[in-house]
Amino acid sequence: MSAIERAILALLAAMATASLLFLFWGASPVEVYGLLLARTWGDAYGFGQVLFKATPLALTGLAVSLAWRGGLLNVGGEGQLAAGSLAMGLVGAAMTGVPALVALPLALGAGMVAGGVVAAIPAVLKVRAGAHEVISTIMMNFVVVGCIGFIGRQGAYVEATVHTAPIAPSAAIPSLGIAGSAASWAVALAVCAAVALHVVLARSRVGFDVRALGAQAAAAEAGGVAVARTTAGLLLASGAMAGLVGASTVLGYKGYFEDGLGSGSGFMGIAVALLAGGRPLAVLPAALFFATLSHGALAISTLVPREIVDVVMGVVILAVGLSLAPRQGAAR
Amino acid sequence: MTTALLVAFVLAVFRISVPYVLAAVGGTLSERAGVVALGLEGMLLTGAFCAAVGAEAGGPAVGALAGAMGGAGVGVILAACVVYGRADGVVVGVAINLIALGGTRVAMQYVWQSASSSPTIPGLSGGWAGAAGLAALAVSGVAAAALTRTAWGLRVRAVGEHPAAATSLGIDVAQLRFGAVALSGALAGLGGAWLALDNHGFVDRMSGGRGYIALAAVIMGRWHPGFAALAAVCFAATEAAQLQLQAVVSGGAREFIQMLPYLLTLVALAGVLGRSRPPAALGRNV
Amino acid sequence: MSGTLQWRSVGKTYGSVVACRNVDLVLSAGEVHALVGENGAGKSTLLSLAGGEASPDTGAVSVDGDEASGPWTPTVAMANGIGLVHQHFMLIPPMSVVENVVLGREPRKGLGLDLEKAAGELTALAARVGWTVDPWAKVSSLSVGQQQRVEILKVLWRGARFLLLDEPTAVLTPSEVGPLFEVLRRLAAEGVAVAIVTHKVDEVVHVADRVTVMRHGEVVARLEAPLTAAEIARAIVGREPLPPPQVPRPQGQGGGLVVRGLRVGRALGPVDLAIAPGEVLGIAGVLGNGQTELVLALAGLAPDALGEVTLGERPLDPRGGAAAAARAGVSHIAEDRLERGVVREFSVADNYLLGHQRRLAPSGWLDFGALDAEVSAALEAYDVRPRDASAPIRSLSGGTQQKVVVARELSRPGLRLLIAAQPTRGVDVGAMERIHEAIAAAASRGAAVVLVTSDLHELRALSHRVAVMYAGRIVDTMDVSDASDLRLGAAMTGAR
Repeated sequence: MSAIERAILALLAAMATASLLFLFWGASPVEVYGLLLARTWGDAYGFGQVLFKATPLALTGLAVSLAWRGGLLNVGGEGQLAAGSLAMGLVGAAMTGVPALVALPLALGAGMVAGGVVAAIPAVLKVRAGAHEVISTIMMNFVVVGCIGFIGRQGAYVEATVHTAPIAPSAAIPSLGIAGSAASWAVALAVCAAVALHVVLARSRVGFDVRALGAQAAAAEAGGVAVARTTAGLLLASGAMAGLVGASTVLGYKGYFEDGLGSGSGFMGIAVALLAGGRPLAVLPAALFFATLSHGALAISTLVPREIVDVVMGVVILAVGLSLAPRQGAAR
Repeated sequence: MTTALLVAFVLAVFRISVPYVLAAVGGTLSERAGVVALGLEGMLLTGAFCAAVGAEAGGPAVGALAGAMGGAGVGVILAACVVYGRADGVVVGVAINLIALGGTRVAMQYVWQSASSSPTIPGLSGGWAGAAGLAALAVSGVAAAALTRTAWGLRVRAVGEHPAAATSLGIDVAQLRFGAVALSGALAGLGGAWLALDNHGFVDRMSGGRGYIALAAVIMGRWHPGFAALAAVCFAATEAAQLQLQAVVSGGAREFIQMLPYLLTLVALAGVLGRSRPPAALGRNV
Repeated sequence: MSGTLQWRSVGKTYGSVVACRNVDLVLSAGEVHALVGENGAGKSTLLSLAGGEASPDTGAVSVDGDEASGPWTPTVAMANGIGLVHQHFMLIPPMSVVENVVLGREPRKGLGLDLEKAAGELTALAARVGWTVDPWAKVSSLSVGQQQRVEILKVLWRGARFLLLDEPTAVLTPSEVGPLFEVLRRLAAEGVAVAIVTHKVDEVVHVADRVTVMRHGEVVARLEAPLTAAEIARAIVGREPLPPPQVPRPQGQGGGLVVRGLRVGRALGPVDLAIAPGEVLGIAGVLGNGQTELVLALAGLAPDALGEVTLGERPLDPRGGAAAAARAGVSHIAEDRLERGVVREFSVADNYLLGHQRRLAPSGWLDFGALDAEVSAALEAYDVRPRDASAPIRSLSGGTQQKVVVARELSRPGLRLLIAAQPTRGVDVGAMERIHEAIAAAASRGAAVVLVTSDLHELRALSHRVAVMYAGRIVDTMDVSDASDLRLGAAMTGAR
C-alpha cells in the first residue's frame, strides 16, 4: 500500500466514523459537513483561523515526521512545545528596544533550544541506556508541566497570574490580517520548515543517514552511519522543531506565554505525521486537514458535540496504524 | 491528634492507590504478554464513565461491573488492532486514548446533556477506601501467583518473551495476548470505576494522566505485578502527602512531589536503580 | 507403515523462491537419516513442513501411513510424535529448564502447575539418555551445548518418536559433537527415528545410516551406508569444483593488514595476523568460533574490541565505526546480507550509496549525477538485471542483491582491505562465479583480502593462505597447497 492510498483509506475511515456519529446524533452528515466547510474554507475569517490552527500542527507534525523517518517516535511534543513557548515568551519580553532583526531570531532560537533541551534527556537515555523514547518522552511531558509551573511561580509569571509579561513589539510576528483572524506570518515559517526538511531528507548526506537508520539500523551502521550520534541528534532536532510552535501562539498571536498554551498540538502532531506518512511536504495538507476539523468543530457545535472531532482524529491515527501493519505472509 | 492524622493519611493512600494499583497490575499483565500498555489511560477513563452510567442505573455494584466491562471493551478493541490487525502498539495506544477522551465527552452530552460532569450518582462512602485498597493489593498478589504458578501465567510469560518458541509448542500467541490485554482493560476499568464511585460522579478527563502513572509503575516495578503495585502505592503516597501538606509545603516543593513519579521513572529508565529488562518481545508482532 | 514419517511429493514456495519441489522422503524408526546439501537447498524447509510450522503448497506429510484429516499444525505434529529441534533454539532464556520443557503441555495440580512432577520425569529421562540436567536452572545460565540438550529433552518428554534436528552441530564445539552423535545413535537403537540436517560431509559419514542429498529444492541423490565423504561431496556440489580464478601471488610485502592481540569480549582472541597487499587469507572454522567477531572488528563495528590493528601502516580502530574504517580503505561484504548488507526497503541506487554517502556528498549535499553514473557503470559491469537503479532491492534475487553489494564495496577508491564474509552464501552459480572474479580482481589490484567462508571449495579456489579459527583463536595457518581436508579438519576440531 502506498502512502497516498494509506492516507485516503484513513480519511475515508474517519469520515465514515464521523458520519455515523452525526447520524446517531440525529444530524444530517451532509448538513454538518456543509456547515463545517462553509465556516472554514467558505469565509475569510474561517480560512484565517484554519491557517492559524494549522501552524502548530504543521510544526509538531514535522517534528514527529523527522524522528519517525529515523525510526523514532517522539511522543514528547507536548512538553517540548510548552518549554519552547515559555522560552519564547520570556526572551521575547526581554527584547524591549532590541531591533526586530535581532529580537525575532533570538526569540525563535530560544524556543528551539528549549525544545531541544527537553528532548535531550530522552536522547541521552536512549543512546546511553537503551531506554525506549516513547516512555521517556511521555514522562518528560509531565515533568515539563511541573517545571513550568515551578518556573512561573518563581517569578516568570506576572504576579498572581499564569502568564508571562508581554513580549516586546519587535519580537512579535506580524498578523496576516485575514479578516481579523489569528493567522500570522508564522504560517510562512511552517512552510519554510517543511520545504527545508524535505530537501535535507531527500538530498543531503545527513538526510540519507537518517533514512537508512530508520529503514534498517544494522545495515545503516555497517554503511557508516554513526547510530548513536544520529539518533541523539534526531531527537534534539525533533524537539527543536516542536519548540518552534510558540512562533504561532506566543509571538504571532497572544503576545505572551500562558499556562497550557498550545497544549494538545503535540499529540495531534502524531496524527498529522502518521497521515502524512512522515513526508514533510505532505505534513502541510495533513495539518490543514486537522486544523479544518479543529476549527470546524466550533462551527458545527450547534448541530453536534464538537468533541466528535477528537474521536475522528483518533480514528485517523488508528486507521493509519492499521494500514501500516505488515501483512501476513509478506515475511521471509 | 497525630494518630488521627496518620490514619487519615493511610486511608488517603488507600483511596488514591486503587486506580493506580489496578491499572498497574493490568498493565503488567499486558506487557508481560508482549503488548505495550499505552492504552491504560483510555481504559481508566472509559471505565470511570461506564461505572457512572451503571451506578446511576443500578447502584455501585452495577457501576463497578460496568466499569470493568467498559475497560475490557477498550482492551478488546486495542487487542484486536494490535494482535490481529498487527498494528504498532504505541500508535494504537495513542489513538485509543484520544478516542476515549473525545468519546466520553460526546457520550456525556448524550447521556447527561453536559460536557463537563455527570449528576451525582450513587457511589461508595469514604469507609470503603481501606477495603478497596486492600482488595486492589490482593488482586496484585493473585496476578503475581497466576503469572508464576499457573499454566496460563507460564504461557503468558512465554508469549511475551519468545512468541516463536511458544508457537512452536502449539500455543496460540494471538489468543493469549488478546486475553491478557482484555483482562488488563477490565482491571484498569475497575480502577476507573473506583474513581467515579469514590467521587460520586464522572467528570471530564477524570483519569487525569493516571494511566501514564500506572505505566510508570509497571516500569518501576520491573514488570512484576507485586512490585508494580508497590510502586503504584508509593506514587499514591506522594500524592496523598502532597494533598495533606498543601497548607504546609511551599509551591516549589509541591510541583516537585507531583513530578516525582515521572522523575523516578526516568531515573529507572537510565538504569540507575539496576538493570530492568522489559519482556523481550514487548511491542513486537508475530 | 508404522513407525514412519513420510513426505509425499511436497513442494513449498516462499515468495519467488522455491524452497522445495516434489520431494519424496521416508524416515523410519531406528534409523539416523541425514539430509545434506548446500545452504538454501531446502533441507530445513522439509523439517518445518513436518513440524507443522509451514504447510506445503503441494503434497502432504503423513505419519505411519495416515494422512491427517485436518490442518497439520505444530500441535497435531507433536501429537503424532514429531519433535523438531530448531537451529535457533526455541527456548525462553529467563525461564527455568523445566518451565521450558512443560510449556504448552503443563502438568497441573488443582489450579496450579505441577512442576515438581515434571522435574522428576525430566531428570529420569535425561538419565536414560545419559545426561544430567538441573531442571531448576535458568536456561540463560546454560551453555549452548546444554541448551541443545534441553531442546532435545523437551521434545522427548513430549513423546517424540521422530526427532528432527536442524543443523545441530553448527553451534557445538567439536568436542561436543561426538557425544551428541552417541546419544542420537542410542535413541535410534531404542526405536526413535532421527533426522539431522547438515551441510557438513564429514559428520554425515560418522552418524548416518542413510543420506538424502538435496540441491535447489530437489532430491538429487539417496545414499546408504557404507558412506564415503567423497561420494557425498560430489552429490552435494553436483559439479566439479570450479577452476581457481587467477589470483597472482602478491609481490610487495608490508603495508597490508597487521593485527596484534585483537580481542572481542570472550568470543574472540587474542588474534594476531598479517596479510600483505594483494594477498587473500582464507578463514575456515566451525560456525561461531569467533569469525563473526573478527569480521566486525576489522570493519570497525566491535564497540567492545581491544587490541591493535594497522592497515597500510596507519592505525585502524576496531571500535571506530564503519565510516572511519571506510575512510581507511576497508570494504566489508557482510555475512548477513539481509540484515547488514542491504537496506531491504531501499532502491538499488540508494543501497549502492550506502557507505559512499560521504564520498558522494563532499559538500554535505548528495551528488546524484555522480551516483547515477557510478550505479549505471556498476550494473553494467556486474550484469545486474534488470538494469534499473530505481528498482527496490528486495525485488532482486539473493545472488543479484549480493552482486550489488560486491559492486558497491569494490568501488571504494583507495581500497586497501576487503573483508568478504560468506560472500556467496545463498547465491546462484552464475553470480557466484562473478563474485569470485571480483574478489580475485580486488586482490590483484593490491587489496589485502580476508575471506571468511564455510565453503571449502571457495576457500581453496581463492586463498593464498588459510587460517583456521577455533574457540576464538587462530589455531593453524598454512599455505593453501597444504590445506588438505585432514589438516583443516584437525584444526577445525581443535586437535592442534
